[in-house]
Amino acid sequence: MENNCVVTVQDFKMDKAARWCPGCGGHAVLAAIQRALPETGIDKEKVVFVSGIGCSSRFPYYINTYGFHGLHGRGPAIASGIKLANPDLSVWLVTGDGDSMAIGGNHFIHLLRRNLDIKILLFNNKIYGLTKGQYSPTTPKGSVTKSSPDGTIEDPFLPGELAMGAQGNFFARVVDNDLEMMKEVFMQAARHKGTALIEVLQNCVIFNDDIHAEITSKELRDEHQLYLKHGEPMRFGKNKEFGLIQDGTRFKVVKVGENGVRPEDILVHNALDHDDTKDYMLVRMSLPNYPIAMGVIRSCESGVYEDLMYKQFSISKAKSRIKTVDDLLTSGNTFSI
Amino acid sequence: MLSINVIYIINDLFSSNSHGLFAYISLTLLIKSAAEIMKKRVKVIERDDVVVKFAGDSGDGIQLTGAQFSDTSAFIGNDLATFPDYPAEIRAPQGTVAGVSGFQVHIGHKEVSTPGDLADVLVAMNPAALKANMKWIKPGATIIVDIDNFDSRHYKLADYIEDPLEDGSLEGYNVVKAPITDMTRDVIKKFGLSSKIAEKTKNQFVAGILFWLFNRDLSIGEDFLRDRFKSKPELIDANLEVLHAGYNYAETIEAIEATYQVKPAEKGAGLYRNISGNVAVAWGLLAAAEKAGRKLFLGSYPITPASEILQELAKMKNLGAVVFQAEDEIAGICSAIGASFAGCLGVSSTSGPGLSLKSEGLGLAVITELPLVVVDVQRGGPSTGLPTKTEQSDLFQALYGRHGESQVVVIASSSPANCFDFAFEASRIAIEHMTPVILLSDGYLANGSELWHIPQVKDLPDIKAPLVQDNDPEYQPYKRNPETLARSWALPGQPGLRHHIGGLEKADLTGEISYDPYNHEKMTHMRNEKIARVAKYIPLQEVIGPDKGDLLVVGWGGTFGALYTAVVEMQEEGKSISLVQFNYINPMPVNVQEIFGKFKKIIVCELNLGQFASYLRSQLPGFSYLQFNKVQGLPFLISELKQQFSEVLNNIEK
Ligand code: SF4
Repeated sequence: MENNCVVTVQDFKMDKAARWCPGCGGHAVLAAIQRALPETGIDKEKVVFVSGIGCSSRFPYYINTYGFHGLHGRGPAIASGIKLANPDLSVWLVTGDGDSMAIGGNHFIHLLRRNLDIKILLFNNKIYGLTKGQYSPTTPKGSVTKSSPDGTIEDPFLPGELAMGAQGNFFARVVDNDLEMMKEVFMQAARHKGTALIEVLQNCVIFNDDIHAEITSKELRDEHQLYLKHGEPMRFGKNKEFGLIQDGTRFKVVKVGENGVRPEDILVHNALDHDDTKDYMLVRMSLPNYPIAMGVIRSCESGVYEDLMYKQFSISKAKSRIKTVDDLLTSGNTFSI
Repeated sequence: MLSINVIYIINDLFSSNSHGLFAYISLTLLIKSAAEIMKKRVKVIERDDVVVKFAGDSGDGIQLTGAQFSDTSAFIGNDLATFPDYPAEIRAPQGTVAGVSGFQVHIGHKEVSTPGDLADVLVAMNPAALKANMKWIKPGATIIVDIDNFDSRHYKLADYIEDPLEDGSLEGYNVVKAPITDMTRDVIKKFGLSSKIAEKTKNQFVAGILFWLFNRDLSIGEDFLRDRFKSKPELIDANLEVLHAGYNYAETIEAIEATYQVKPAEKGAGLYRNISGNVAVAWGLLAAAEKAGRKLFLGSYPITPASEILQELAKMKNLGAVVFQAEDEIAGICSAIGASFAGCLGVSSTSGPGLSLKSEGLGLAVITELPLVVVDVQRGGPSTGLPTKTEQSDLFQALYGRHGESQVVVIASSSPANCFDFAFEASRIAIEHMTPVILLSDGYLANGSELWHIPQVKDLPDIKAPLVQDNDPEYQPYKRNPETLARSWALPGQPGLRHHIGGLEKADLTGEISYDPYNHEKMTHMRNEKIARVAKYIPLQEVIGPDKGDLLVVGWGGTFGALYTAVVEMQEEGKSISLVQFNYINPMPVNVQEIFGKFKKIIVCELNLGQFASYLRSQLPGFSYLQFNKVQGLPFLISELKQQFSEVLNNIEK
């Protein structure tokens, strides 16, 4: 009945306020989604938010859509079931670094590999928040946390690397203090056909405050973030004075105008390229030698699981003489007595 | 076309009792001298039932020969039950006892409920197959061996010290030494096929012998082969010729002293088929989904002996079955829960180790109160245990294997064919009562097969999904049907019904998160009561035999065939004995207490250490329960059951 009405931010808001800690990055992500969704044109009755367990996974309770708060790490499987049951639904999975990369690592990689049309918001705060401060699979090596009093001895995962290793076709990175960037990227993810992973560098004010500050702080962000946009040169800095050029097998940061670097020397971002060599390089760039790649790093089209499955249904329905269960039961070798 | 010149009709004489066998042996001797006088005039012995066991290397095509024999038996109207028996390894060392694969078929003019304790005819493709099966054949049985494999190399592989064909151990048996390998090779040669294919065609030689032995019309076997090799037409002629060669061989030699005739069974008129438990489960689920007007979703991970359910449904795209082979058991159940939330009949199929992994998901389905069917095809446990063998040891896990107060409905199928009915029933209960249901099958039912009277979908019970109208202003996620206590099922995509569900405790009615202590207690009771009330929507427990007497045999699930046969035979012998076989375990039918009260003794028989007995002690503590248990990975033998029951009955009489 409301389908003809204009859908607004208000449609996705709940009466009660979200119960994340004040100052938690989650609030901004929620606001960005609530702004992005009306602009995607998706019917609000068809949106489903699914999650696992963790601070991030409370998300479905805070947005006025269908929602399923699942089991720790199992969100991808629940979301897959929903999407396959009804491919018309717009399915969003909200997860965290522990949920998706530790306990749910297996489900996470297989969702990416299968390429169901599901959007994943991965809140990466590099810590376990809900259980109060143990290290996660993305915590930097050496970090002292409640469960690593002498520093962690594990190398962390880079979600982007993991995604591409798992055949992911869409990977983006955003920061939780840039509403416009989040909204823009969420909309692009919504438009992409297939699994879309968005890593949100999210701040946990309580257990890992300022973990992303070097990337996100007002003073540093222009020089430490390279906001990639398809078809645009890879330039960054307050006045876009820096850029990336190809230097042998690597990228090199250069200043336009210096040492004879011309604007046209700067690499142009191609998010649609199926070859993921450059995407790996972009995802791996780290401070202090490189800026951190933000925005849609990779977005290429590939067969979508449920489309392929439902296509097999139509072919099989057209071909088979068995149209009903009665037909099935009486097919093949039967014997009349 | 058959040279049936003399027919000896000896009804009942050759049923499984030993004096019948003795008569059979003396008779065959008699027949032999008659045959010598009348060349090639072979006697036909009419039997009420016959058990045939095929055994060989797992690469010998034993299962195919068995299936072919079963199908032709069904075709001519015999009642039947089959049971394949394979090693856990796909290709265990050839020629060794560990590598023996078997397939047992019990065909009957009379009602057949089990694959039979002991075989009348054994086909042993090598010495290992003979060795592995000597204790499973009747005295005087016909043993057909592939003589080409009975050489010193194979004796060694099978750990025989002496030649079993010559050491006297087969005295009293009718041994047919057939050069199966050589003759098959001879036939195959002219087709220019490889010796590898010749190996694979041997089973048709065996089939040919059996067609003759059982007075079967060869054209049935030919049709079977044409159908079987539809996609490989180059193999059809070769197989047909080998089949004929086997038949002609059997007819020509004089080693086979008599042939069998098993008349069609006296079954009610109708359309029948041979069906295995796993296929029946798959089809029952499809029927339920169609009846409920819901899409079927199966989220599963391959596991022995349940994989066939996944494979069978994966073929059913024409019926719109959504089959998702998940990355693991957990994703299997969780995807099914997601699909249920979105309006499908969500199902996950597995075996014991997989059920362990699904415990967490089951808890989620309990608290979200979504319809879900989990099929557990039990095998020997714990851990990897005996993956290809049968057991009933997952009952406790099904009943109690979750954290928190989290009851689910538990039901069990009790024959290969009624796996259809109970898969349907599990789905009906899951949908109408908005609850997870565990259906317990087992390796024996799953792989065994029997003749099934095909139902029509219109005759199956209706399944009414508690759906909600779009924009229903009264809708609340945890508002319940006052009779069943089931909540209603609003589906994502429906206008005006947006809501959240999840694993956190729900406030009554609204379904919002609630940590309120009294609400938790109320919801806990409500969830349990919902399961208890399912008892009002299931049939009363049936008693097989008189409803009072000396001994009540109690079983559940897959042991039905053996218990039934044993109890009925003892009833015919005049014993005061009845059987109660449970299909509904949690909740139990409401009349069980009343039934139990009318017998002097109760013995609970199960293929575990007494899990159901223990459950009964907790549910109906007023009775004392004797136990008969077996954990060998094998079904009960009728003989061991009868012996056990006789002992109990003798004690009562004292
Ligand atoms: S603990 Fe951290 S992540 Fe969790 S809600 Fe609070 S600030 Fe956010």
